[in-house]
Amino acid sequence: MKTTMQQSYEPAAAQGRHAHRQLAHYAIWSFTALMMLVLPLCFSSRFAIALLSQMGIAIIFALSYNMLLGQSGMLSFGHAVYSGLGAFIAVHVLNGVGAGKVWLPVSLLPLVGGLGGALFGVLFGYVTTKKAGTTFAMITLGIGEMVYASSLMFPDFFGGEGGISTDRVVGHAVFGITYGPERQVYYLIAAWCLLSMIAMYAWTQTPLGRIANAVRDNPERAEFVGYDTQRVRYLVMILSAFFAGISGGLSVINFEIVSAENVGAVQSGGVLLATFIGGSGFFFGPVIGAVLYVLFAVALSSLTHAWLLYLGLFFVLIVMFVPGGVASLLMKQVPLIAARKLGRMLPSYAAALSAGLILLAALILSVELIYKLQIDSDNGTTMTLAGFGFDAASLKPWAVAAALWLAGALGWRTALPRVHRAWDDVQAEMAETAGGGV
Amino acid sequence: MTAALELSKVRKQFGKTEIIRGINLSIAKGERHALIGPNGAGKSTTFNLISGRSTPSSGSVKLNGTEIGGLKPFVINRMGLSRSFQITNIFHRLSVFENLRCAVLWSLGYKYSFWHRLARLHDARQRAEEVLELIGLQRQRDIQASLLTYAEQRALEIGITIAGGAEVILLDEPTAGMSHSETDQAVELIRNVTAGKTLVMVEHDMGVVFGLADRISVLVYGEVIATGTPEAIRNDSKVKEAYLGGTLDENPTEGAH
Repeated sequence: MKTTMQQSYEPAAAQGRHAHRQLAHYAIWSFTALMMLVLPLCFSSRFAIALLSQMGIAIIFALSYNMLLGQSGMLSFGHAVYSGLGAFIAVHVLNGVGAGKVWLPVSLLPLVGGLGGALFGVLFGYVTTKKAGTTFAMITLGIGEMVYASSLMFPDFFGGEGGISTDRVVGHAVFGITYGPERQVYYLIAAWCLLSMIAMYAWTQTPLGRIANAVRDNPERAEFVGYDTQRVRYLVMILSAFFAGISGGLSVINFEIVSAENVGAVQSGGVLLATFIGGSGFFFGPVIGAVLYVLFAVALSSLTHAWLLYLGLFFVLIVMFVPGGVASLLMKQVPLIAARKLGRMLPSYAAALSAGLILLAALILSVELIYKLQIDSDNGTTMTLAGFGFDAASLKPWAVAAALWLAGALGWRTALPRVHRAWDDVQAEMAETAGGGV
Repeated sequence: MTAALELSKVRKQFGKTEIIRGINLSIAKGERHALIGPNGAGKSTTFNLISGRSTPSSGSVKLNGTEIGGLKPFVINRMGLSRSFQITNIFHRLSVFENLRCAVLWSLGYKYSFWHRLARLHDARQRAEEVLELIGLQRQRDIQASLLTYAEQRALEIGITIAGGAEVILLDEPTAGMSHSETDQAVELIRNVTAGKTLVMVEHDMGVVFGLADRISVLVYGEVIATGTPEAIRNDSKVKEAYLGGTLDENPTEGAH
């Protein structure tokens, strides 16, 4: 009797769940679109627009990378090959448009980049996806080096050391859109970014997307439910290369130059870093990662020479203490919010945050002092940091740094147990109410 | 009538060691067949040779009269043979429901589609829900598979195996490591889900073997030394000898004679 009850009850529940999720999706996508629309109005400086544009490009690139890493379990060390080669094809087409040889609206150039990326996905992916796991990773590394090396061998296509530059203001202006002003370029990037995000999310909800998860979890078992895992990897690689190529095409429009660096190991490593920092286990993880990465690489690099050091440290801390990335840290709070218990955590979070900020200040002061003395001492040893002027060669700033380290460490040591205790209490309470509810 | 599964003179060598030394086996459609034998006799290897996990060194394996020896696992699976594993082999980060849905997608013809939306594939959902009910894991529907208990994971393992609707089912030690009550449930489950299908199983629990099997084959040192009904196997002198005075009775205390 009980089973028949459940039988008739199940599909209705599933439908309810489905409708509820559908609504949540529309809300999230609308919110994202709104953010993209409004952000450049709030931050309207040239620098902010440039930053936002690069974020949009990086988001597409990181999400395409996560189709491999997070969704299919393929660790690639050469993903820039696809965005970079897509960009090269796009730049040649754009120059063709400029010379009047090809007709194409500039707005559709990212599609050309995407198709170019996919083409090379078909070509190289056939080789790389023959194997999985470590072997796959090694082959992608090899292909990446190979393409980078050949960029100097084929100067006609790759433009040699100087790369290939272009002019995005070509053809007739449609509705007054020339892509001269940066803001217009930003909105083009935002539109493509939103479309790509939706498409890549939709992909995770298709048979191929789900089977890619299955192949990630257990390739052998996937073969025994009828799937050729090599074929699955190959198809995912081509699709991923397509979206990587779109980001490449957008970078052509944004920067108006493509060089060998676009296919290089630094780019491939960067997208790996961004995806890990954001968290490969959740669809939106790479979005956070891409935003943070651009903040480091573009915003922070204009403030300090040591930005790469900070990025490296941040990456190491994430991998060691939050292996699921920033996204996992956020998602852990969701059940608390649902149970209206996040407020209970906030005091201990605030304590940990203030201790963390003191430690961060100590770190920044130490790093900047060392940089000043070791690298920049030719210009004298006086420096300013956060509005304070001091002499790096004197004892005072070092004493301040030491005091900050001490205070931060002590604060952290008292705050961390508080967080753990509050967390355990809240979890126990939630388990109790869940147990009582059944 | 062609046999559902027919092995003739199947041999498998690893280096110079011959693990499978000329197996002949014929299993009729709809039969429940148990493969028993001491540890290291080559039972799991035989399963691997049939299901495509490894390639026979020589001999032929036929599924419904078609040669399948040496084909890839996914090709053999698409021809209507599905297997489970001795060590639980599931998609551990996916939910129970998603595990089952993955197992039905190919058989329903969705292949590598990235233009269908899973939520709209009512037949896939319905089939997955059916299997979910069959294996009794409705309450665990949305739980990540790695968080299931051992017995539940074994049930899911069987669910994944049968979900695609294969006509020939190979189960490798489905009740290994289970308690008595769990074993009884598992036997009931196997009986239900393989009704009308051809079942080949490797099993150590003689209670399960004698309770389920229509016929039994005894494998010793890579050879089938006897095939027959449970009654015939129980009284076979060669089998008794192979088990070195051990017993094939359900209840070990009775089997001392």
